[in-house]
Amino acid sequence: MTAVAQRPAAVRVRRGGRAAWAGAGLAVVVVAVLGYLPLLTTRGTQVQLVGLFSLVVLGTMWNLLAGYGGMVSIGQQAYIGIGGYGLVYLASTVGVDPFLAVPVAAVVCAVVAWPISYLAFRLAGGYFAIGTWVIAEVVRLLVTQVDALGAGSGASLTGFAGLEPTYRIAYVYWMSLGIVVLVVGGVYLLMRSRLGLALTAIRDEPTAAGSLGVAVTRAKRLVYVAAAAGCGLAGAMVVANTLRVQPGSAFSVDYSAMMIFIVVIGGIGTIEGPIIGALVFYALQDSLADLGNWYLVVVGVVAIAVTLLAPRGLWGLTRGRVELFPTGYRTGSR
Amino acid sequence: MTAPLLEVTGVGKRFGSLTVLHDVSFALAPGEALGIVGPNGAGKSTLLNVVAGTLPPDGGRVVLDGQDVTGTGAAARCRGGIGRSYQVPRPFSGMTVFENTLVAASFGAGLRSRAAADAAFAALVTAGLDHHADTPAGSLRLLDRKRLELARALATDPRVVLLDEIAGGLTEAEVPALVETIQQLVREGVAVVWIEHVVHALVAVVTRLMCLTYGEVLAVGEPRAVLADPRVVEVYLGSTIAGDEPELGETA
Repeated sequence: MTAVAQRPAAVRVRRGGRAAWAGAGLAVVVVAVLGYLPLLTTRGTQVQLVGLFSLVVLGTMWNLLAGYGGMVSIGQQAYIGIGGYGLVYLASTVGVDPFLAVPVAAVVCAVVAWPISYLAFRLAGGYFAIGTWVIAEVVRLLVTQVDALGAGSGASLTGFAGLEPTYRIAYVYWMSLGIVVLVVGGVYLLMRSRLGLALTAIRDEPTAAGSLGVAVTRAKRLVYVAAAAGCGLAGAMVVANTLRVQPGSAFSVDYSAMMIFIVVIGGIGTIEGPIIGALVFYALQDSLADLGNWYLVVVGVVAIAVTLLAPRGLWGLTRGRVELFPTGYRTGSR
Repeated sequence: MTAPLLEVTGVGKRFGSLTVLHDVSFALAPGEALGIVGPNGAGKSTLLNVVAGTLPPDGGRVVLDGQDVTGTGAAARCRGGIGRSYQVPRPFSGMTVFENTLVAASFGAGLRSRAAADAAFAALVTAGLDHHADTPAGSLRLLDRKRLELARALATDPRVVLLDEIAGGLTEAEVPALVETIQQLVREGVAVVWIEHVVHALVAVVTRLMCLTYGEVLAVGEPRAVLADPRVVEVYLGSTIAGDEPELGETA
């Protein structure tokens, strides 16, 4: 130990430099190309791509919860369902413009998630995971009791009446693309912020984070509420795309299995991982659609293979050498 | 004597039917250093956890700078000026060494951007870890993990620092540098509570020594007097492992 080389040790901190610019540039190009697509592609392609966008949002949200906040939730379908139902109720029953109803539905999710977090945070680890699932089931059962929401059979989104399908589908596509940019960009900026530093510490060692002054529970609560809003956006996005919401599918635990698959395959704890995982899952889903139940078998085998061969996910294979969305702090002394 | 910065009064802690701490009290003024020795299982680390707020006591009070903090959590106490190291290091394994101390400087000391980065790096320099700044903390060897514990505690800009066996495992050449670092802290007015088995390092720094056994204070006072106390010799020094004895020889 070198003693007392105290105080003014000015240090140069780099936050990604060229990689950050390259990543931002690439993102701009990809979003620009995707934004132009409705002028070139069929409606069917756009509907499919919205499905992919919802997977990116869901994966990114689950990664924020588990990969950065250390909260393994298998109950995010509670907020996916509330987002979807919120959109239908606001647009079809209340008469709000659907494109305005989508963000409002996300806010509703955040407002619901805040008190629920006090309940869920009494549990830790595996109990937290199961607890979130139970909460999602309770929400589903409550929704099926409400006749105004179509009870057990679901409801249709009718708010788009008067909008030509070609335009409706293109608008929903652009809205969904905007949500992807908002959610992925938002998580990136969050992880580069002070709160991101706190979250990474909490993920690695919550007790030590607390001992170093990090308000652990408050940071986790913020993440939980943000992830609820993001999942609500995804749920609303799916319903705006399919025009139909049903309790069995909107609150399905399959969503959680999907989110976990996407994040684990892509690489947990990275911004890039969930995007790659979503692409892989979408490709599998698309190419294996005709196989029926065999589809699940193939997905399972892929999951096992990746966790064995690339335990840190596909993006983890870069071993941190490539970072499109760098969030760390480097001093240049190694 | 200056008004106490840290005042621990009648603290007790039980785990089930096992009493780990019973009626432990001490007070510490700024720039004062208290050493704690005692056999394994005496409750030393538990006492530190109670003072740091990681464990709630079953009885007694912890007062920091006149404020009763017994009911506040570890994070609030850290922001209030209590920095601590863990006996078994708890690094943020997925973060770099620098990011580890940056967490401490940002949240413990409440610093922002430039100031936080400078304080975080200064703490690494003090602990002798600056050349590892960009190394993932998870790949550090045990000794460097202990250094990181010290660096993080320092980066929180503490008024009271609680150290739990940070000298164990250091080479004979490294101990004087550590002693010098802690003496410097004390000179700057930081109050230090230091649990250590490397007794000669402890005696070089502390003004008072406390011997704990079975959760109770067996003896407390001037370090050499405490070490010479026959009861201390019997419960602690008599039971030390062979490797510790030469170190005691230097203090005698």
